[in-house]
Amino acid sequence: MAKQISVFLENKVGRLAHVTRVLGEAGINIRALSIADTSDFGILRLIVSDPAKAYQILKDARFTVSETEVIAVQVPDSPGGLASVLEQMTEQELSIEYLYAFLGTKGDDALVIFKVEDIGKARKIFNEKGIKFLDENTLYRL
Amino acid sequence: MTYWDKEKECMPREQLRTLQLRRLQETVYRAYAFVPAYKEKMDQIGVKPEDIKSVEDINKLPFTTKQDLRDNYPFGLFAVPMSDVVRIHSSSGTTGKPTVVGYTSKDIDTWAELMARALYSAGASRYSVIQNSYGYGLFTGGLGAHYGAEKIGASVIPTSGGNTRRQIMLMQDFGSSILTCTPSYALFMYEVMREMGIKPSDLKLKAGVFGAEPWSESMRREIENKLEIDAYDIYGLSEIIGPGVAIECNNKNGLHIAEDHFIPEIIDPDTCEVLPEGEAGELILTTITKEALPIIRYRTRDLTTLDMEKCECGRTHARMRKVLGRSDDMVIIRGVNVFPSMVESVLLDIPGVEPHYLLVVDRKDNLDELEVHVEVSEQVFSDEVRKMERLGLHIAKELESALGIAVRVRLVEHKTIERSEGKAKRVIDKRNI
Repeated sequence: MAKQISVFLENKVGRLAHVTRVLGEAGINIRALSIADTSDFGILRLIVSDPAKAYQILKDARFTVSETEVIAVQVPDSPGGLASVLEQMTEQELSIEYLYAFLGTKGDDALVIFKVEDIGKARKIFNEKGIKFLDENTLYRL
Repeated sequence: MTYWDKEKECMPREQLRTLQLRRLQETVYRAYAFVPAYKEKMDQIGVKPEDIKSVEDINKLPFTTKQDLRDNYPFGLFAVPMSDVVRIHSSSGTTGKPTVVGYTSKDIDTWAELMARALYSAGASRYSVIQNSYGYGLFTGGLGAHYGAEKIGASVIPTSGGNTRRQIMLMQDFGSSILTCTPSYALFMYEVMREMGIKPSDLKLKAGVFGAEPWSESMRREIENKLEIDAYDIYGLSEIIGPGVAIECNNKNGLHIAEDHFIPEIIDPDTCEVLPEGEAGELILTTITKEALPIIRYRTRDLTTLDMEKCECGRTHARMRKVLGRSDDMVIIRGVNVFPSMVESVLLDIPGVEPHYLLVVDRKDNLDELEVHVEVSEQVFSDEVRKMERLGLHIAKELESALGIAVRVRLVEHKTIERSEGKAKRVIDKRNI
């Protein structure tokens, strides 16, 4: 379980630079990010060192921002590692909204951020199947 | 029920008609005698002041337009010498020469009476603290509301527009009970209040008197729910006198036009024919007590209907329906008339969507295109692209079914559409027609 910060951005020059500058000046480190974009707008998704502070700072800077529950899954850092995790999720009919890679690693494992439809169900399945995921405090401090 | 001036506001219509005829005749005589432009226009169509034998004869008189005011810039339509003029107001003149209006001291007093009536009708009294956030200066809104509020004996805070955070601080500290400003500024104040962490329950605000731009019933609900007040619509225009020409009572079922000072008519804006009571068209107003600047049959460009039935509140003066558009604000897109207020209504009916919007009209390959910019509030924001796209499509579909033309919706960042401290700008027309 982890908190992701999501920011609505218009496709305009300099908007991404502005968000990252605001976070940088507040001493917040970006640990993972992804952007989903359309022709008019993009949605920036961030895992940061201090989500609560980042949320407030971005809100004060007048960005449209929200907090989203995501899950950081440890995936074996070898060919087929992600595939085997995804296959088990498919088997259990756990639908995924989106996913993206985390910049760092945990031990020998790569980290992938998942946004799933039903986070409680995901946790239960991961526990049953022995798929490891990180608690939020460990994640922010990586 | 309390009235500022019961005798006038509830005058039986027969008696009102008699009063109107006497005042109309006086006005026409004076205009003909003292304003060459009126004499010229009347001579052209062969009408003499003595031809006005009944109020209905008003339709023999020529119309006056904004262009007439410009053509006679600055003081050509004044019917009194400048030594009798005590005040001059003027429009901003963004679309050409400004229009200039003048007042004698009696006119100023008439105006204050009308504004007093209006504010009283919205529940003001000498115990009210009225925060007047209409712009002071050449614009008639600020001073107009100010004189009326003082006439009632209320305590007036002349904040004018702008410096919103300080306005809200004063509103809280001084215990303002009535707010007067444009409806779009009222909503902007609410946003700033939220940023400051101030809730409506921290304030003593009970009512607002909002005007100077058209606003929809949905916008009224929005303001009333958010600010937790009663929102009253006030109507006026500087050419006629300024704010106070018409005001809602607490039934909020049309605005009472002060018929002892103005005669309203409704015409078909294309054929200029007078329409029967109840039909929608352009509002025409004639001033019948103004000294400095008598205005005969002014084409307001505001579209509404008239209802002559006595109101439940006891007032007998004609009621005009809330103005939902001006022929000026209207944009014609692929032959379809579109009013910004129609877009506003649709947006307010979609949960979580706020009425901050902009219509951008452009012409590509000889085809008109309408793009509506809508702000994404935190309430409707999702981290999932398909949900955001679905929102955009949903808004577009609702707009299309209300307007009858294809609409492209562009979702824009929260608080990026310019907030107005006066009249909101809702349309950008990029077509070079």
